[in-house]
Amino acid sequence: MGGFPILSIMLLVPLVAGIACFFLEAKAARMAALIATLVNLALGVVLWASYDVGGAQWQFVERSELFAGFSYALGIDGIALMLIMLSVFLMPICILASWDAITKRVGEYMAAFLIMEVLMIGVFAAQDIFLFYIFFEAGLIPMYLIIGVWGGDNRIYASYKFFLYTLLGSVLMLIAMFWMVNEAGTSDIPTLMQYDFPAGAQTWLWLAFFASFAVKMPIWPVHTWLPDAHVQAPTAGSVILAGVLLKLGGYGFIRFSLPMFPEASAQFTWLVLGLSMIAVIYTSLVALVQNDMKKLIAYSSVAHMAIVTAGLFAFNVQGLEGAMMVMLGHGLVSGALFLCVGVIYDRLHTREIDRYGGLAINMPKYALLFMLFCMASVGLPGTSNFIGEFLALAGVYQISTTVTLVLTTGIILGAAYMLFLYRRVVFGVQKNPDAAAMKDLNIREWAMLGPIAAAVLWMGVYPESFLAPMRADIAALEVRLARAAPAGDSMLEVGTPNATNANAMPELEHDYAGEGAH
Amino acid sequence: MNLDISLYFTAPEIGLTISGLLLLLVAAFGGDKTARMVTILSVSALFGAVAYTTNLLVNPAFELGGEAWAGIYRMDAFGSFAKILIYIAAIGCLIVTPRFFEENGGYRPEYAIVVLFSAVGMALMVSAVNLMTLYMGLELMSLSSYVLASFSRSDNRSAEAGLKYFVLGALASGILLYGMSLVYGFTGSTSYLGIRLALQDGLSMGATFGIVFMLAGFAFKIAAVPFHMWTPDVYEGAPTPVTAFFSTAPKVAAVAILTRISLDTFGENVIVWQQIVIFAALASIVVGALGAIGQTNIKRLLAYSSINNVGFILIGLAAATPAGASAVLVYLTIYVAMSLGAFVAVMMLKDAQGSQIENIASMAGMVREKPLLAWCIFFLMLSLAGIPPLFGFYGKFVVFQAAVQADMIILAAIGIAASVIGAFYYLKVCKIIMFDEPAGEVGGESSMANWTILLICSLVISPLGWILTSPLIALANRAANFLFFVI
Repeated sequence: MGGFPILSIMLLVPLVAGIACFFLEAKAARMAALIATLVNLALGVVLWASYDVGGAQWQFVERSELFAGFSYALGIDGIALMLIMLSVFLMPICILASWDAITKRVGEYMAAFLIMEVLMIGVFAAQDIFLFYIFFEAGLIPMYLIIGVWGGDNRIYASYKFFLYTLLGSVLMLIAMFWMVNEAGTSDIPTLMQYDFPAGAQTWLWLAFFASFAVKMPIWPVHTWLPDAHVQAPTAGSVILAGVLLKLGGYGFIRFSLPMFPEASAQFTWLVLGLSMIAVIYTSLVALVQNDMKKLIAYSSVAHMAIVTAGLFAFNVQGLEGAMMVMLGHGLVSGALFLCVGVIYDRLHTREIDRYGGLAINMPKYALLFMLFCMASVGLPGTSNFIGEFLALAGVYQISTTVTLVLTTGIILGAAYMLFLYRRVVFGVQKNPDAAAMKDLNIREWAMLGPIAAAVLWMGVYPESFLAPMRADIAALEVRLARAAPAGDSMLEVGTPNATNANAMPELEHDYAGEGAH
Repeated sequence: MNLDISLYFTAPEIGLTISGLLLLLVAAFGGDKTARMVTILSVSALFGAVAYTTNLLVNPAFELGGEAWAGIYRMDAFGSFAKILIYIAAIGCLIVTPRFFEENGGYRPEYAIVVLFSAVGMALMVSAVNLMTLYMGLELMSLSSYVLASFSRSDNRSAEAGLKYFVLGALASGILLYGMSLVYGFTGSTSYLGIRLALQDGLSMGATFGIVFMLAGFAFKIAAVPFHMWTPDVYEGAPTPVTAFFSTAPKVAAVAILTRISLDTFGENVIVWQQIVIFAALASIVVGALGAIGQTNIKRLLAYSSINNVGFILIGLAAATPAGASAVLVYLTIYVAMSLGAFVAVMMLKDAQGSQIENIASMAGMVREKPLLAWCIFFLMLSLAGIPPLFGFYGKFVVFQAAVQADMIILAAIGIAASVIGAFYYLKVCKIIMFDEPAGEVGGESSMANWTILLICSLVISPLGWILTSPLIALANRAANFLFFVI
């Protein structure tokens, strides 16, 4: 792709379409948004196809000194590539999901989504730390509008909470960035990833970044904005929130916290693992008692993200790859689950679990797909999440067997609440005549859920496609982390060897010598 | 030091003064019907001053600056930068004014003339290198401001604002003058250079008091906490175009002169004033943010917002480095665009009968009736809050970067954390205009002039503004370096 600025084009297409949507009326805006997101998906496929696996670490690099104080620098490695693919894949589906559900101020809605896409691709492609920050923070504005204008009854409260929580988290990160750039003399992310900051300063820098990423991720106990935002956001907003925005936190850890502050990361490993353990158990138990479907899935997201953080702070290849796979898998699966909720919400306008029941009878196709995604969320082998969770747990096991035990318990609880949800919604008797009268999936809904189902199975059966582009980058990260990696309790211990072989027979030798003396 | 050079350097101020005097004659003989023409001519005079000053700023022949009138006036990049900003702000305010007063009780030609004299005063202030010149400029600006605040003669609120501003402003001028006399008494000089030389080996208790009193006087003029109490009342009471003017041009002038005095005159005594500035900065940020939360009047809210923003500007000054001074200028530039835009937008909020809307609750759901205006206000608010990618973020960016580079990390961290409190009330306005059910009160047409200024300001604060960063930073850096010359 010599010189073709594909990343800039991928930013430009939705940007132009987004501005155009402002001025278009509903029908045209829907069409324009769909076309723009499909074009970006096609560009994403081109990007993936032309990504040179095993080639240079940073590819499709673009740089121009447009601004004072930082530069417009783009470029991706395998990790960023996968997350960009996730974003562009989910985007057309989000547009389809809002096709009929959104009826007021459609142009502005589509514009907000397209701008959101620009910002998400920008976050993953930015190679300048300040450019990253701008994209990272700017995402607040369209998401604030999406929740606040098109959300549910309690949308105002949720939009404030979302905005202020995430803003407070990230402003301190900005101060840390200033300090780092001042110290290292560059705002170039690849250079900063190789820069060794003094260990004492790393602690503070790590905490400042943690404040931001922990809120975005979200890690218990700063997760409380998430259920509110999810429940109040429109379906497509939830999909983007769960599918991509939550990944910004994980991406931040893997791009900044770990490679830039390895010593501090090692120092805080137990903090992260401890919070992950609490999160996975606590939020799973909370999910078990929810009556609101979206809230249940939101809490399950927090639990899954806890596995991601634990995997990231395992400091080994398995953990890191597992964390990435959980992020990708969870992006697809939780997105699909929110879409499944959206499908029945559009028909009955309630998210209360008790209002449904026995959907397997009148909506068999829906029941099938919903089951697939529930199983994927549980982590059944053959689906995407199994790969990720297995790898992440294998990685964590090398650090601590206890943590692995707790996390695995959380996964069992995950199976409990997902199966419980599925049983209440899909099986059982048809309690309510209106729920029993709902029609099965239409073509538009097939077009939304079908591709995700295919991707989930693909990732579960042949994960190599997704692991291969990231392998070199994760190996490089592991090398970078090796000097700080904490010792685990499951490693084989090499003791001091015995003086003699195990089958040596000293008495016999003695006897023999005695015998020989005769 | 000859007359030619002196005249050449001060030509914009002299030109503006002569224009003002001539227009005064026109107004005196022509009566109120000349009001529009006088305004147009004043704007052209200000445009001329901008063009002339721009030449002084960018022409390599004047790169080193120079002194005029026997060392009471200095032409340098810092002064020119601030002056251009002042003139442009005055132009922006003048353009939107006539229509406003025509609709809300009589426009008179004095308005433009007073603004013109105010601009001369401000230009003198920022170019002064002598306490006497400084005080002359300051008083010219202040007296003009008192007149402007009470310009709506029939409106009680306007008269009250003028009186409040006058009483408190006179007190502040007195404090400032007292500080100046102490500084003069303990250094034996009124020229900046003389004071600086006298203070370079430490300073006596009396001179310290002088510095503190001077800073207090300036803090009043820039509306920094704890001398901010007049701001909400005056901003609310004064007619909106006057408020737009107060929040831009005089603020630029006062901040610029505070920066010059602190870094040049008292440049050897950073320790003395730095803690005062740090306190004023943090207190302004916090008080500005908390005070705004309960406001129901949009002009009062914007008054607190201006207190809040002054706090951020002072963080750049507290850094006491060239980068910090440059950050102050960059922030001021962006702030002028944001503040002018915000007040012009307020001016355009009218109900169907054409009377002004100032109540925030009446703006509910206005995005349905006036989408373009609502989106402009939305982006202006978020820009004031400093949310990227809007250009307002860049002001905070340079200010906090300067603070971190000067090793004031705690200050930067507290300041930026407090900015989140500020984000809350900007979000409140956004929520009301975007999310709430329409109140159906906003209507009425606005003039072309208002739309032009509003759209220009909105374009500057939009992400397109980022392309301005390179030239802006280059100019601001050059300007800031003039404050750090070695004696």
